[in-house]
Amino acid sequence: MTATAAVGGVARGGRLAGVLDSEQWLGRAMIAPAIIYIVLLVGFPFVLALIYSVTNVTVGSVDVRFVGLRNFRVIMENPAFWQALRNTIFFTIVSQVIVLVLAKVLAMALMKDFRGKWLVRLLILLPWVAPVSLGAIGWLWIFDSIYSIINWTARAIGLFGPDVWPIWLGQPDLAMAAIITVHVWRLLPLATVIVLAGLSSIPQDIHDAAAVDGAGFWRHLFQITIPLVLPILMVAMLFGIVFTSTDMIVVFVLTRGGPYDSTHVLASQAFFTGIEGGDLAEGAATALFLFPILVAVAIGFLTIARRTEVT
Amino acid sequence: MSVPVSARLRIWAAGGGHYAIIALFVLFTSFPFLWMVITTFKETRDLLNTENNPFLFNDPPTLENLQILFQDTLFPQWIWNTLWVGVLVVAITLLLAVPAGYSLARLPGKWAQRLAIGIFLTYLIPPTILFIPFARVVGDLGLQDSLWSLVLVYPSFAVPFCTWLLMGFFKAVPRDLEEAAMIDGLSRFGAFLRVVVPISTAGLMTVVIFAFTLVMQEFIYALTFITASSRLTISVGVPTFLVRGDVYFWGSLMGACAITSLPVAIVYNFFVNRFVSGFTVGAIK
Repeated sequence: MTATAAVGGVARGGRLAGVLDSEQWLGRAMIAPAIIYIVLLVGFPFVLALIYSVTNVTVGSVDVRFVGLRNFRVIMENPAFWQALRNTIFFTIVSQVIVLVLAKVLAMALMKDFRGKWLVRLLILLPWVAPVSLGAIGWLWIFDSIYSIINWTARAIGLFGPDVWPIWLGQPDLAMAAIITVHVWRLLPLATVIVLAGLSSIPQDIHDAAAVDGAGFWRHLFQITIPLVLPILMVAMLFGIVFTSTDMIVVFVLTRGGPYDSTHVLASQAFFTGIEGGDLAEGAATALFLFPILVAVAIGFLTIARRTEVT
Repeated sequence: MSVPVSARLRIWAAGGGHYAIIALFVLFTSFPFLWMVITTFKETRDLLNTENNPFLFNDPPTLENLQILFQDTLFPQWIWNTLWVGVLVVAITLLLAVPAGYSLARLPGKWAQRLAIGIFLTYLIPPTILFIPFARVVGDLGLQDSLWSLVLVYPSFAVPFCTWLLMGFFKAVPRDLEEAAMIDGLSRFGAFLRVVVPISTAGLMTVVIFAFTLVMQEFIYALTFITASSRLTISVGVPTFLVRGDVYFWGSLMGACAITSLPVAIVYNFFVNRFVSGFTVGAIK
């Protein structure tokens, strides 16, 4: 195929025609601009981040010197860093578990046909499409210390007594719950849509065969449905983990790391040290702690996804 | 009809349960937006009176909040900035990602597959890791406080994503079409340009919409590169410059959130199926 195309190109004459027709060269020429751009704007700054993390660079500094692992040592002696690392991992795991369970339930509910399905789908997708920072402001208003609609409703229906009035964003544990809620709210649509695509790709025959063999609901769920959607579920989870663990918007808008710096995550910590504080080196080092976590997660998932596909 | 009462009850309960589950989910996902819309049209004194039932309009609905938003804040400027950056970034992204996606979908051999995985993996180097080196690079280039900094940097997350999506779409185009076109005398590239691109219009539209929403969503880079309030995009301008001090103008703030979120959501909804199919085809094949 390649050979004949190339011959055809030569026959028509001209080197340009050769490139336009040769499958191999055309392929390279078409992908090269994208690769060059990605190398320049992802690869290069990534290397720069690695370099910064072992220097004393600041926003305006001219004299940049190599300081070895000093930044990492400084960070690791700072209890705030460990708090941020713990929070990042905690927020990510808890919200992913909740998202996966809810997405599975919702996707199964959406498999059935019913009236007004398009409207339901639109309403469910809203959190995913709206800019996160604006959705988070909507939640800031819902969690407001004086005008919280949650508190008002709970009191109106008698769920909260006259003395109960939680300040959602003013107490560390409640603020964490609020942040997790917003993450779940934001990621649920994407996860649901992906799981739904996975569910609809299972041939009906398999479900029928299982029903004929007398498999009950749970057995059906765990031995047929879940294994078959697993590869897609892994993709959904990989994205979910990347989005949650690297996000700083929710924390930035809802709590700014407060109360008492209890809700910082690595990303917000890196922003406040690196940009607000001007210490680029320490900020870069803080942000880099995300990288090994992400790589480990990716390798884990790709392995599982591949293994499931083979068997 | 001899369906036992208990069975009929069970079917009815299952149907009711089904609707109840969906209603709960819809309430969870859409309530913040409903709340934004209600708040937008309320008088400030109604909002701030704790005696009032917040679900009701205790004073008649008002357009005052929207008027403040459009006349006394930089919100219109931010909309304009976002559109300007969005259009340029989408154009750059298409120029880079369409050929790349096609190339990955059609090229034989192992290295195309490896490249595809490589592009996918750039997701593991998110803006959160890159914004600090970029802060200095943008400064060295003299682009702080310029929208051009965003135009330069935003394709770095839009291109990998859109290449991946487009690869999925192009894989779904039958090869026979191009081969027939080539027999009719078009070059390999001509077949791509005149046959494959036109029949992929719907896929390209999807990519345009998604690249644009990615731009609208972006937060960290704009927050880092830009401090001048008149150069901000919506996603940073609203939370940083409308939320200032202790007095929150909740009405205008919620108006800004609702106006920005809802129109895009409705357009997006038309493309979501295509998006998911491209996304998962890319992931599996």
